[in-house]
Amino acid sequence: MHWTEYLPPLLQGAWVTVQLTVYSTVLGAMLAFAAGIGKLSRNLMLRAVAVAYIEVFRGTSLLVQLFWLYFALPMAGQALGLDLRIPPVVAGVMALALNIGAYGAEVVRGAIQSVQQGQYEAARALNFTPRQTLTAVTIPQAVPEMMPSFGNLAVQNLKDTALVSLISLGDMTFRAEQLRNFTQDSTTIYSMLLLMYFGMALVLTAMMRGLEHRVGRWRKVGV
Amino acid sequence: MLFGFEWDTSGPLVFAISILPMLLVGMWVTIQATVLGFFMALVLGLIWAVLKAAPSRIVSWPAKAFTEFLRDTPLIVQLFFLYYVLPEFGIILPAFMTGALALGMQYSAYTSEVYRAGLEAIGRDQREAARALNLTTVRTFTHVIVPQAVPRIVPAMGNYLVSIMKDVPVLSVVTVLEMLNVGRIIGDRTFNYLIPLSLVGGLYLIMTLVASAGLRLLGSRLPKQGIPLK
Amino acid sequence: MTDTIIKFDKVVKRFGDVTVLNELDFTVKRGEKVSIIGPSGSGKSTVLRILMTLEGIEGGVVTVDGEPLWHEGPNLKPASEAHLRKMRAQLGMVFQSFNLFPHMTVLRNITEAPVKVLGLSRAAAKARADELLDLVGLADQAAKYPHQLSGGQQQRVGIARALAMRPKILLFDEPTSALDPELVGEVLNVIGKLAEEHDLTMLLVTHEMRFAREISDRVLFFDQGRICEEGSPEDLFTAPTQDRTREFLGSILKEG
Repeated sequence: MHWTEYLPPLLQGAWVTVQLTVYSTVLGAMLAFAAGIGKLSRNLMLRAVAVAYIEVFRGTSLLVQLFWLYFALPMAGQALGLDLRIPPVVAGVMALALNIGAYGAEVVRGAIQSVQQGQYEAARALNFTPRQTLTAVTIPQAVPEMMPSFGNLAVQNLKDTALVSLISLGDMTFRAEQLRNFTQDSTTIYSMLLLMYFGMALVLTAMMRGLEHRVGRWRKVGV
Repeated sequence: MLFGFEWDTSGPLVFAISILPMLLVGMWVTIQATVLGFFMALVLGLIWAVLKAAPSRIVSWPAKAFTEFLRDTPLIVQLFFLYYVLPEFGIILPAFMTGALALGMQYSAYTSEVYRAGLEAIGRDQREAARALNLTTVRTFTHVIVPQAVPRIVPAMGNYLVSIMKDVPVLSVVTVLEMLNVGRIIGDRTFNYLIPLSLVGGLYLIMTLVASAGLRLLGSRLPKQGIPLK
Repeated sequence: MTDTIIKFDKVVKRFGDVTVLNELDFTVKRGEKVSIIGPSGSGKSTVLRILMTLEGIEGGVVTVDGEPLWHEGPNLKPASEAHLRKMRAQLGMVFQSFNLFPHMTVLRNITEAPVKVLGLSRAAAKARADELLDLVGLADQAAKYPHQLSGGQQQRVGIARALAMRPKILLFDEPTSALDPELVGEVLNVIGKLAEEHDLTMLLVTHEMRFAREISDRVLFFDQGRICEEGSPEDLFTAPTQDRTREFLGSILKEG
């Protein structure tokens, strides 16, 4: 088989990889904000839940989490009399998002803590409610601070999507595995696969840089 | 039966206890792969760091591009590549060694950055001070730069050690019997995934907590300043 | 309406083992301009921070316009957040390090709280902001971000931002001590203009003695968490009765 014949199936897989990356990064970012803000909450329950989530998902392996969600969760459901069987795509997105969200939560927490005390004093003096302070003062200042780390996490997430091939999701790596089984042309197929991931990572990095520039525009105006 | 141990499926608790020894065998493999992969990452990363710092662009540029490539491609694909492609060039390694090499390669991209940042943090004035004191290049490196770089480098490297540990389960795809693979095999054979996979998760949590605590202890023992020149 | 707008009654403030305010008593009349001077660590800024509800108190009662600030109800139970919000609306503060919101334009810095907190329309808030920017001499800087302005300009925005909330009492916490010497004048001019033209009650913690003397109706000299001496600027600066006051003024004059 000529290498160009590998392209259609690999590109089909690439589209799945892109979708997985986008969904899990967006969902992961939401989890990161929830847990990062939760960890700084004055509410003990919220704080405990956030800390437990972050520690469990940072303290164990992504593949363990993926397998647990896919293989073990349905059995846990059975024991509780619930149907917790989830399709591979849901298990994949959930595992990726939960994992990246736990790492992102620490980034969010750090960025929020980097906002200066004087900002909170000004917000209080102007009689902002805690919620207004969070949305109008804290988050807009913390987000540009998080962006470089979020960029790294997004690339990490793209790479991690390759693991979902292990629960038979038809991503790029899964397609490559199928091709290799069929043709035994390992060198060509894996070289192409590596280059495609590399290309996607470069594009993703550029996009995250663009986003970083956008949310941090006020920092650079007129300097 | 696995590794000469029998499982007992008569109840959840006895099942958990009966499979624990098997998982611990897997854990030992995980630890070995972690240590070997980490060692390779330290050595390879140092090589990349030196090449990237080379004065000639013909050397530094390919080194930068290569580490960027290593950093931006998935571990599992690098592993497949090494596992299936190396034999085509007559290099046949045991799966475990291939796995450790893949871990080492992937993480060498990260460790090379740690070396670079650690050395850069020491800066020009220290080098100039050493020159003013008429220290040789070698003495400057061993007595001025290294003692100051090590305390900066160790904590970051420690974080990568823990990351490598969490990536070892990827090696299961090339048949390495690390802890997750063991848990999965038990699940396949007993049709009970919940207990083995939950145990693997719990054991992972313990391993990373112990490793992190050990690294913190090491970090607090490191001299931070006033390292005497002997 | 009572004539007294601020009243401290045996107010105690501690940080750990350190007593910063030791049964402090003083009052400020409506519309009065009062300067607080004294050595650093004497608790001057703490007085303002307590009034702005940035710091709680350990004892005594603070009253603002006839109502306890840190307490509520007939039994003086500790104030709820709702009570503090209501009371806080009467006060505004100008900070030593400006504390402008760096991610908002000058205009937005001034309109954000009136819109969000007071519920003004954007247009009404902008009209008010334009007026205030005119007052502080920055009408042409509305679209800029704080980091594009000099320190003196930033502090003038800080003053406009506080005024936009229409407080009865304006607190100035060393408003010029983070500024380069050549920028102090423009900020003092604005504060002086406010003092002259508005019936706002002003409390000013400052190291600018000459300025304090010019604009104040009354000067309080703080030492070790107490008012050591108070009086008209004329009396206090030219004929202080206490040794500590003389000592302090002497050291300041030597510096200046």
